[in-house]
Amino acid sequence: MNPLLRRNPWRRPVVLATWTWLYVVWMFVPVIIAFMFSFNGGRSRSVWQGFSLRWWTEEPNASLLHDESLHTALRNSLVLAILTMLIATPLGVALAIGLARWRSRVAKGANWLMLVPLVTPEIVMGASLLLIFSNLYTGVPLGRPAQLLGHVTFSMSYVVVVSRGRLLSIGRDYEEAARDLGATAIQALRMVLLPLLAPAILASFVIVFAMSIDDFVISSFLSSGAASETVPVRIYSAVRTSSTPALNALASFLVISSLVALALGMVGMSVYRRRRGDDSDGESVLTEFAKFEM
Amino acid sequence: MRRNSDGQWLWGLLAGPGTTWLLLLFALPFYGLACMAFGEIDPIFRNAVPAWNPLDWQFENFGDVMHEILFGSQRRVFVRTILYVASAVVLSFLVGYPVAYYLARHAGRWRGLLLALMILPFWVNYLMRMLAWVNLLQVDGWATRAFSAFGLQYNWLDGKAITVVLGLVYGYVPFLVLPLYASLERLDVRLLEAARDLGARPGHAFRMVTMPLSRPGMMAAGVIIALPMFGDYYTNDMLSRSPRTEMIGNQVDFYINGTSQPQKGAVLVLVLSAMLVVFMSYYLVSTMRMQRELQA
Repeated sequence: MNPLLRRNPWRRPVVLATWTWLYVVWMFVPVIIAFMFSFNGGRSRSVWQGFSLRWWTEEPNASLLHDESLHTALRNSLVLAILTMLIATPLGVALAIGLARWRSRVAKGANWLMLVPLVTPEIVMGASLLLIFSNLYTGVPLGRPAQLLGHVTFSMSYVVVVSRGRLLSIGRDYEEAARDLGATAIQALRMVLLPLLAPAILASFVIVFAMSIDDFVISSFLSSGAASETVPVRIYSAVRTSSTPALNALASFLVISSLVALALGMVGMSVYRRRRGDDSDGESVLTEFAKFEM
Repeated sequence: MRRNSDGQWLWGLLAGPGTTWLLLLFALPFYGLACMAFGEIDPIFRNAVPAWNPLDWQFENFGDVMHEILFGSQRRVFVRTILYVASAVVLSFLVGYPVAYYLARHAGRWRGLLLALMILPFWVNYLMRMLAWVNLLQVDGWATRAFSAFGLQYNWLDGKAITVVLGLVYGYVPFLVLPLYASLERLDVRLLEAARDLGARPGHAFRMVTMPLSRPGMMAAGVIIALPMFGDYYTNDMLSRSPRTEMIGNQVDFYINGTSQPQKGAVLVLVLSAMLVVFMSYYLVSTMRMQRELQA
């Protein structure tokens, strides 16, 4: 903390503090209530009728454990997120390294092209992908294949942004030292640059997973009906119907899985830091995962 | 200098797949959108056929939709979208700026925890957050009943503009707080001290120093939430699902997903993109500038 702030002559900002904590309450209490209602004993998602596990496990055919259609949505979301993560991360990391080092006109153009998806509203991307898949790339069926291509497209740029930040802070010195000591370009890349990039790669995995899980628009535009419904698509189509608290259970489960991914990423990051003798605290590990937003 | 040219092939090779991917699945589809908007109607099947060659482009469909946007039924939708997004962005600033300011300046020992709490909504599914409000705002929902205890009887989910705007604020304000926080945190406190030393009152110092210095951050943060709001249709569908609150996104969804007139939807997407291109380029240029400064 800046020492000047400690002898700050201004009075303590009680109003600001209250406002901020109210914001936190407003942000989280609705979600916590929605989670709570997944344990509702009755059929309602808005009137509390006592605690039960009915919609998680007990109800035959209609609970999260026993409803096949909920399984399908959950499986679609998770499989899509994992595949997207496995494809978008290597593509994005390679693109980031390439763009940071490659001096050519093509690289300049590619650098612009890479940034545009970050500011393109998803509906523009979803609509154009749907039209191209149904008119030109007709070999790609709607459903998981098209959804996968779409998810990789919108998440790759985030990988580039995250990796580039790390590349800038690494600089070129280590790599050049390796080259001076006789490593080939590929050896320097594999043995020096990639290990140094590990935190960015890890952060990318987690961010891409979360973005894919969170996505509604692309999944919805490119789905082919109930079989390729993801959880957000399911929530969207069921939310205004009289569907049971099993919907809340489904949504909660999805949120829990992206929080688990976040936790795994943070554990991985702190293991990496400990090995390297980096003593930064836990908070900065968390902010690492949000840097792409700042 | 051996090394400058050496290895260039490797960097090209690394950038190749990603660039190709973006060309084939981002740039080309966008071009395809134009080909659909300027395409023609198959005389037998009555379905829209994209015209891949710009020389074959027909402007009849485009003209029809433009006419609807400027003088006809779409006009109301466009005006409404702009009004909703503008109100939601302003409200987001009113809600989010004080939070970001407190976090950057005064949070003290709470800063770590608060920062974590600001990041957490990113990890909660957007539709889950909307689902939560749908449950609360139903006729027998807790929020509805709490409001009616204060004498405010209101059917929130029945096509109400206020619900949609507040839903947008709730959905996107976390995306505003973080970049605002980042820009306020970078601000040099000594400048404020100087303003104070020179006799500025706190409010005055805020207006003369903090506000102007955080303006680039505010612009970027505003743009980053306005862009997705302009294309949003699901918040609207979940919280209202009424023609009275329809936005451009709902029309696009309707024409592209719901009907056999994707060419109309394609024009709407093109017009929307044209409207947003100013914001998008502002953001891109400022990002590029920041990148160059970082590299220098």
